[in-house]
Formats: sequence, C-alpha cells, structure tokens
Amino acid sequence: MTRRALLLGLLLFMLAVPGAGAQPPQGIVRPANEAALSLQELGSQLFAGNCSTCHGSRGEGIESARPSQGAGNITGLGPSLVGVGARAADFYLRTGYMPLGDAGEQPRRSRVLFAGRELDALVQYVASLGEGPPVPSPRPERGDVARGLELFTRHCAGCHQVVAEGGFVTPAVAPPLDDATATQVAEAVRIGPYVMPTFSEKQISDHDLNAIIAYVEASKSPDDEGGWGIGHLGPVPEGMVTWLVAAVALVALCGIIGTRSRS
Amino acid sequence: MSRLRDWLVAAAVLLLGRGRPKRRETRLVAAGPENPGSELVAVALFLAAALCAAAFPVLYALDRLPRQTQLLGVAIGLAFAFLAAAMIVLAKRVVPDEELDENYSLPSVPKQEELVGIVEESTDRITRKRLLGLAAGAAGAAVGVALVTPAVSLGPVFDTSGFYETPWRRGRRLVDEQGRPLLADDIEEATFYTAFPEGADKESIAAPLVVVRLDPATIALPAGRESWAPDGIVAYSKICTHAGCAVSLYRSPLFEPVEPAPALVCPCHYSTFNPATGGTVEFGPAGRPLPQLPLVVAAGGELQSGGNFSQAPGPSWWGVRMRRPT
Repeated sequence: MTRRALLLGLLLFMLAVPGAGAQPPQGIVRPANEAALSLQELGSQLFAGNCSTCHGSRGEGIESARPSQGAGNITGLGPSLVGVGARAADFYLRTGYMPLGDAGEQPRRSRVLFAGRELDALVQYVASLGEGPPVPSPRPERGDVARGLELFTRHCAGCHQVVAEGGFVTPAVAPPLDDATATQVAEAVRIGPYVMPTFSEKQISDHDLNAIIAYVEASKSPDDEGGWGIGHLGPVPEGMVTWLVAAVALVALCGIIGTRSRS
Repeated sequence: MSRLRDWLVAAAVLLLGRGRPKRRETRLVAAGPENPGSELVAVALFLAAALCAAAFPVLYALDRLPRQTQLLGVAIGLAFAFLAAAMIVLAKRVVPDEELDENYSLPSVPKQEELVGIVEESTDRITRKRLLGLAAGAAGAAVGVALVTPAVSLGPVFDTSGFYETPWRRGRRLVDEQGRPLLADDIEEATFYTAFPEGADKESIAAPLVVVRLDPATIALPAGRESWAPDGIVAYSKICTHAGCAVSLYRSPLFEPVEPAPALVCPCHYSTFNPATGGTVEFGPAGRPLPQLPLVVAAGGELQSGGNFSQAPGPSWWGVRMRRPT
C-alpha cells in the first residue's frame, strides 16, 4: 500500500516538473524607480528584464536553444532586433504580440502589458539597437477604397478573407483585422509578422498601401446589401442558416399546406 | 417462329387489353361536383411552370448575360412556385376530399375492393383528365431538364485532350497581370508573385503560376530538376491539384528556428505544398505535388520558361497522372 502511494507520488512529481517548466512567465519585470529613469534607461532596463532571454542581451538574437541559460527555464530562440527599427517594435508591442509566453507559439493580439511610457521607452530602445525603418504614418484618407478592394483581394484576401475576418494558414492563424489600426496594417505589410509574407515598396507602393488600409477600414463595417451578414464568414455559416432556419421554415410551410381545411 | 408469334400476340393482348377496368354499376361514394374552372387554372399553372423551367436552359445557354445568375434563379424559382400552386389547386379544388370515420378493422377482401373502387372513382370529378396529365407531364419534364442543365458546365466528356494542353514552351516569358515581364532581380524572398505566359489566355487552367524565391541552400528538388530553380527562384502551377482553387497563400516564416518552413497553401481545403522539394504535399487533401515549371533567366534578366510543367496542371482525376502535358 505504501509502495503504491510512493509510486503514485513519484509519478505525479514527474508529471508536475516539466509542466511547471512550460508555464509562461507571468507579468512584467519593472525597474523600481521607473519615473526617475530617462526614456533610454527605462527602455534598456525593461528590455533586459522582459525581452533579452529570447532576443539576447543586446538584441542580437538567439539562433539556437541554450537550455542551461535564461530566466524561468526559457531556452531562448528569438530573432535579432538589430536594424528592425521602431516600426517592428511599435507593431509587436502595441498589438500585444510581445512579450510571448513561449518562443514557439504564434504571437497573437492580446492585452498590452506595458504602460504608455514603457512602450515609448522600449520602442526607442529597440530603434537605437541599429539603424532601421521608423514607424510609418499611412494616410488612408488618400486611398481609393475600390482600388483597395482590388489590391486586398490580390495580396491579402487569400489568408485574411475578403472582408478581413481572418483565416488559417496551416498551422498558423491569419488574424482578423477588426482591431488593427491604420499604422499597424502599414507596419504588418512591410514586416510580415510570423508566417505572413513581406511586401516591399516595389510590390505594394505607399500609395497602394493607403488604398488597402482605406479598404480595411471600410471592411470593419461593410454595407450588407443582402440584409443579414451572418458574420461575413462565407459559405459555412450561410449553409448553417440554410439548413437550420430556411429548411425548418420550408418544412413548416409544407405542413401548413398539407393540413386539411376545416370547412 | 410460332413461339415468336405467340409472344407477339400475348404482348398485343396485354397492351390493348390494358385499358380501363369495367365500370362499376353502383357508386360507392356520392359523385362530387365537377369543377372545370379549377382544372383550367391548374392546367394554366402547369404550363406556366413548364414555360419558366424551359427558360432555364435557354438562359443558361445564352452565356454572359448581365445579371444571369439572378435571371436563372428567377426562372427556376418561378417554375417551382407555379408547380406548387398547381398542386395546391388540384388538392383543394379538384381531388375529392372524403373523410372516412370508421373504426379500424382488419382488412378483408371485399373491403379492399371497396377501397380500390373509391380510389378509382376519385378521379371521376375531373373532366379533362388527359389535358391535365399532359400539362403536369410538360411541367415535370421541363423542370427535370432545367435541373440537369448545369451539368453541362462540368466540362467536356468526349474530348479531354484540352486538359493536357499548356501554353508553356521553352523560352516563353513570364509576365505579371499587367503584362510586364518578370525580372529575376525583382523577385524577393519571403513574398510571392503571380505570373502568366506572355501573350496567352490568362483564363486557361495551365496559365497562372506562383513564383517564389527561396534560399538556394534549402532547395532539394527531385532528381532531374537540378537546373529548374535558377538563383533559388521556383515556379509552380497556381492551380491546386485537389479541387482546382488558386493557391493564393504563401507561408513565409520571419524567424525560421521556431516558425513553420515556407509553404504554398491553398485556401479552400488547406492543402500545403513545399516549394523547396518540388511542390510535394505536406498536409491536406491534395493527392499529388503541384506541377513545377522549369525556369531560365534570359540574357536581359527576364524570367523565361525552360519547358513544360513536370505534370499536367489542374485538379486531379483518374487520368491526369498518367498523361504528360502537351
């Protein structure tokens, strides 16, 4: 009896240890005297505390796993941030894509864990790691929505779906663009986050990009000419409505036609 | 010979003697009032249904009408509506509405005969039986023809050689949607391009290509295709080998150590093809690799076709793997 209990305890312990290691680190490490620090100092301290385990202490990146190093058993593996500029830092931090719980998972839009000044500090710090592109300032009001639809269909709709509701690219998720700001769309097109292709100015000029963003903005509240949009997800919900609502209504109608008149 | 004659006589007797059974002398149920007006209405509705249904194949044949889909929908929809209306008129006005209030008892032979008699008598109210039958037949036949008409679009049945013809020949230039030639130097990594054969029909299933540039060190093409990817640029048919959708997704990792490798993905059923290994299927329902097109960089830096596809492009059916593209 005692032996069995021991064995069970050992088994539970063995299961619990790797489980604990895989837990994503909770919260953000902040310097104590945040308000007293200059923006550059705050940025470097936040980077050291929250980013350097994966991106390296000077943002040089970690190309192969280092099992023996790093806080919280994080083995590293992160791209170099030298030369990515303020553009990438602004995108990844203000969408909540970073920090990531586990290096292997897909960055997804989530709650932004840094406060306003902390974001400014980190973006400035990452930009200072090497010369890189600045945060873009797109002008969607100058873009033509109709041309934007055409360009969006050609370059973006394959993954993001034609009204930007998102989709899948095995085995990743193409996010919906409902919450993407104009700046974030402009950044993502040039960066190509995770498995998204990158589009250079040769492929999509800044002028065309304005049109695409104008369309993305328009797609957030499409005119549903047919009435009910059914989530704008295409044939699957439409088929469900056909079978579950329209088919039931038709059967009910047949029932009404088939009943004898009481006269 | 005499046996054949016996058979013929028997058949003739069967056919000719098939007519109406003898009329009963006494009616079982009192004869209902005749209603020729309603019959005419039903005939008119049947004919209207037949007309609408006949319009469907006509509209289908007149390809590329403005608002053709809507017109087709209206035609078949009206046909069904008229058919339903005719049935309602028949049920409510023409066919007798007998209500039998009787305890259920075991059917005996005379009871069965009585029932048969009632059913036979039930059509006595109809004055224009044959006309009504013809109209209903016309409506049914026309709706039937309308329903099978779209099958014509499934493709040629007798001559399928067109499926194997591709516009790609050695030396044919790759152009973009606007017809501008693609330059090898303009093809960047981590993004994808759609290309067409210069001067050929873009709508042809063999025309569109997806072109990507890979790190030459990662390329491992099948034997015999060593020269097909100059400077790491590879070209594949953009038509998925599963159901013929456009392969319009390119998975391109930003940081390869922890992200999935580059792949071409079809948005319809997520067939995933590896561009580095000759378009082999990594995931999904596709049954064969994407056909690869050999590429050549011409003297001016323009991308040209180095020959025909590795396999016939397009969705797969039983014959496609056995035939070479022409």
